[in-house]
Amino acid sequence: MFGKLTLSAIPYTNPIVMGAVAGMVIAVLAVLALVTYLGKWKYLWTEWFTSVDHKKIGVMYLIVGGVMLLRGFADAIMMRSQQALAYGHNLGYLPPQHFDQVFSAHGTIMIFFMAMPMVIGLMNCVLPLQIGARDVAFPFLNNLSLWLTVAGAILLNVSLAIGNFSRTGWLAYPPLSELHYSPGVGVDYWIWALQISGIGTTLTGVNFIATILKMRAPGMTLMRMPVFTWAALCTNILIVAVFPILTVTLALLTVDRYLGMHFFTNSFGGDPMMYLNLIWIWGHPEVYILILPLFGVYSEIVPTFSGKPLFGYTSMVYATMTIALLSMLVWLHHFFTMGNGGDVNAFFGITTMIIAVPTGVKIFNWLFTMYRGRVRFTTPMLWTIGFMITFTIGGMTGVLLSEPPADFVLHNSLFLVAHFHNVIIGGVVFGVFAGLSYWAPKIFGFPLNERLGKWAFWCWFIGFYVAFMPLYILGMMGATRRMDHYNVAAWHPLFIVAAIGSVIIFAGIGLQLLQVVVSIRQRERTRDLTGDPWNGRTLEWSIPSPAPAYNFARIPVVRDRDAFWDMKRRGVDLTASTFVPIHMPRNKGAGIIMAGFALVTAFSMVWHIWWLAIAGLAGVLVTLIRHAFDDDRDFHIGADEVRRVEGLHGRVHARSL
Amino acid sequence: MSTDQMIMRDGALALRPGYADHAADALRDLRQSHDAVDFQVEHHHDAAATAQLGFWIYLMSDCLLFSGLFATYSVLHGHTAGGPTPQSLFELPYVLVETMFLLVSSFTCGLATLAMNRQQRNATVGWLAVTFLLGLGFVGMEVHEFAHLVAIGAGPSRSAFLSSFFTLVATHGLHVTCGLIFMAVMMVTVLKKGLTPSTQTRLNCLSLFWHFLDIIWVGVFSLVYLFGVAH
Amino acid sequence: MNRLKRSWFARFYRLLPLPATLLLGGCHWALLDPIGPIGEQERTIILTATALMLLVVVPVIVMTLLFAWRYRASNEKAEYQPNWSHSTKIEVVVWSIPILIIGILGTICWKTSHELDPFKPLSSTVKPVRIDAVAMDWKWLFIYPKQGVASVNEVAMPAGVPVVFHITSATVMNSFFIPRLGSQIYAMANMQTAVNLLASKPGTYRGISANFSGDGFSGMTFKARVLSQSDYAKWLAKVKAAPHRLDAAGYTALDQPSENVPVEYFSQVMPHLFPQIVGGKFAPGRMVASAGGSK
Repeated sequence: MFGKLTLSAIPYTNPIVMGAVAGMVIAVLAVLALVTYLGKWKYLWTEWFTSVDHKKIGVMYLIVGGVMLLRGFADAIMMRSQQALAYGHNLGYLPPQHFDQVFSAHGTIMIFFMAMPMVIGLMNCVLPLQIGARDVAFPFLNNLSLWLTVAGAILLNVSLAIGNFSRTGWLAYPPLSELHYSPGVGVDYWIWALQISGIGTTLTGVNFIATILKMRAPGMTLMRMPVFTWAALCTNILIVAVFPILTVTLALLTVDRYLGMHFFTNSFGGDPMMYLNLIWIWGHPEVYILILPLFGVYSEIVPTFSGKPLFGYTSMVYATMTIALLSMLVWLHHFFTMGNGGDVNAFFGITTMIIAVPTGVKIFNWLFTMYRGRVRFTTPMLWTIGFMITFTIGGMTGVLLSEPPADFVLHNSLFLVAHFHNVIIGGVVFGVFAGLSYWAPKIFGFPLNERLGKWAFWCWFIGFYVAFMPLYILGMMGATRRMDHYNVAAWHPLFIVAAIGSVIIFAGIGLQLLQVVVSIRQRERTRDLTGDPWNGRTLEWSIPSPAPAYNFARIPVVRDRDAFWDMKRRGVDLTASTFVPIHMPRNKGAGIIMAGFALVTAFSMVWHIWWLAIAGLAGVLVTLIRHAFDDDRDFHIGADEVRRVEGLHGRVHARSL
Repeated sequence: MSTDQMIMRDGALALRPGYADHAADALRDLRQSHDAVDFQVEHHHDAAATAQLGFWIYLMSDCLLFSGLFATYSVLHGHTAGGPTPQSLFELPYVLVETMFLLVSSFTCGLATLAMNRQQRNATVGWLAVTFLLGLGFVGMEVHEFAHLVAIGAGPSRSAFLSSFFTLVATHGLHVTCGLIFMAVMMVTVLKKGLTPSTQTRLNCLSLFWHFLDIIWVGVFSLVYLFGVAH
Repeated sequence: MNRLKRSWFARFYRLLPLPATLLLGGCHWALLDPIGPIGEQERTIILTATALMLLVVVPVIVMTLLFAWRYRASNEKAEYQPNWSHSTKIEVVVWSIPILIIGILGTICWKTSHELDPFKPLSSTVKPVRIDAVAMDWKWLFIYPKQGVASVNEVAMPAGVPVVFHITSATVMNSFFIPRLGSQIYAMANMQTAVNLLASKPGTYRGISANFSGDGFSGMTFKARVLSQSDYAKWLAKVKAAPHRLDAAGYTALDQPSENVPVEYFSQVMPHLFPQIVGGKFAPGRMVASAGGSK
């Protein structure tokens, strides 16, 4: 009846896990109770969960990313403390079975459920505003994408309480991840969580490409698009190009595990090396999917706070496209040590290095944007300068790793771990925080507290160096990754320093949580009434903050790069006197319902509850078909309502009031 | 101050006092005569064209999904692990009939589109029904072939070659099945609502999907069956 | 003022050795203190590439801080060009500097990828020693095919003689790696990889699996002993005198998963054990020869 699922799947004998589970359950119950107490269920359902408004969807993505950051960081603290303890006779507090789950979950969560939602959240919040659009091309699909990602995140977290998570690393290399070596449900949780959220991401890619290509304001030619939009376009093209490969790879591992097939097994002709190729054909572009949008974010922030246009726009655009293209030609550098021969290794080593050229150009372009500018040290700018320093170092160690003979000794070492945290924290995470503090006034209508933001930055910045510089050294000392225990005395002090670094970062996260609370409490005082708090350059700053549901009461006609700067320069009047009704998509519940059924299906597949899996799948299908027959998809915001909202922000011309 | 003075400023139209009172009609006239307008009250996007572009992008991603499976098959088709080889398994005449079902269905799907373009509701549904039956025939033959292979001990868990064969072909078959569901839904929609613009957009997407699956099948037929028997 | 500066420098220089000993003391930087030519060449590549890149990285970091500070908003004296956003000269420079550096690094990459290909035999007047290494759950089995002996979690090799390791896995993927000797390579089931190494300095070194392989991974370390010719002969004699033999039954017993396995010697090894492991003889249903029913 319930497949492999029995009561014994709940790990009640493990106090650490049960503590975490209790914490999670209490947190969830508290949130549910609070919502019930405040009577906000209907509001949440009609205004948020079913919303097709890209801004609200973006905020929900950001919340998912934020919550998962906490979860992933808890794993990080556990790893750092375990490795700080587990030297010599001290075995630490995490047995290998648990430690292996922790690092697998950490990587999976941070990439798929922290970084991706953050990046997609920022794109949702900002991109349509930057191109002068009233929504994305497929608003309902956007809602569905969000909930598929959430379903994946929920499934992954359920694994903590029911059963266990994968113990095979964040990419689950076979044959270790095959049924023979990993017979439990852990790998299945990993597979299904990624599969559902990955499909959501693919749909996002389709949606944003169509949005950027079809929904731009009149006059916004491709070479007039803001660089963030350009970066988002390249990113989404990469998503559509490589996420199907992830889907296939996961599906092949699935049929191996469920139907006894032999794609990646050690037996019957299976070929585990093919998995490495497939997963990295997706995996390497994936890191550029993460970083490119943030390159775009920095390219918005530096000009704004330097009071100058971006230096070398054209080369920035070409650099972005070059990186996107090259990112698909480098996957083999993840396994130089497989014995591919000199020619193959050299080819992929060189293609990898070439990426440093356009990336280097970008850094120089940001530098020369500051040159002869008026640099304001706001929080977004601090994150950006922190990024430029940190990412340059990460880039250097990356190029070092792309020399195959250097990789022969550094591969899989803590040097590698330090490298990719160097670029992902220094590039992606700093960029997300930079973008959040930059666009917060536009998204929420009030800025994030600057002082706490700066403190948080310094904690993150210093904490990063304290936590990861020791790992570079440890790598040079021959320490490999994923050890739950070691016997080398010289490593111990460095692991302790790294643990201290993670505590400093933890303080930074604490300050950020405080920053959110303080900013919300101060919102009445700090509300952005101008719509343009930073003296911005792009269209999102031309409308009121927070952006109204319809974004633009009138669609701006673009005549230059930095369209809003151009409008300000020409003294274009932002107030209007004529308003027309605006055509908008209607909120729909089908997205969250379909994702809910998908979650049920995935959970039942993990536990081999076949009847429920079929029922869940039928639920998805029926909801989809019902949605197809639903003709009540749009409505108009009346001209009077538009006038009222614009009037609240002083955007109605005086004589027509 | 006269309206004209307010309109021209740096060659731009600024929505200033005086002008604004003339309301929408004047605005529309001016927009056509000056390309220097700063705002448009409405910017029309062709929803059908956007939908079709989106569907094309989806098809490209699907195409890449199949490319992953084709690549996998190419790597593994020799890994027979002592089990049956492609030559010993595939019966070309059977597959050729199967192929013809799909090819003809693509043709009838095109006829449905033509009927749709002529706004002939019943003809559209009729041709879709023929397409549906042909597609169903294809899926039926494929299921029969699979059952036969499993029965003679050449199931997907026999060898890496058979795993990749079953997965590639079944993924295509699954797509065809989804296409059939899509088609059934569309037939009901057309009968209930007629050939509305949104229905037509969807029918166009359906036909794109169906032709796409046809092309994929040509790939499967060539790479798997023809090369398999030839080698 | 001058005196103050000097005393600060003096104190700084006196302090310098402290972190240096902390970090470098006792040869802890395994990769920068190799014991053989392969590791030495890899160290040279690491240092050369790092130095070349620092030529750009250091100026970039300095410029970042400098520009940010010099053009801070409160510095009214600094030049402000609110519309300046293009300079062909600068563009040419910022594209060509990275291209130049990457050109050099790329050339190094092409040359050294071939020179240091793990499969490439080392040129030497001495005939290389062949050792077969098998990754198991979770230990390393070393087979000396010529001598017909084997050991677990300890491998000995003569100093100054090239060694060719032939590597496979009886289980999941692992990576064979002696950090101070250089080059690691994956150990994969049904496959045989190889790495050519040479140790010039006698001693006992740390060997590991550098690819996560499951619960017992952290304890999957081995002792790599580099011995003088006479000590090497003694070691072989000691192994020859060990009580245990590695026959098919012994191998099957060894193949059972175990963790933190102590060193063990086998005085005799069944013939063709290594090729049989590669061929999947001990893993039913693994390869062509063992065609059977499905799972």
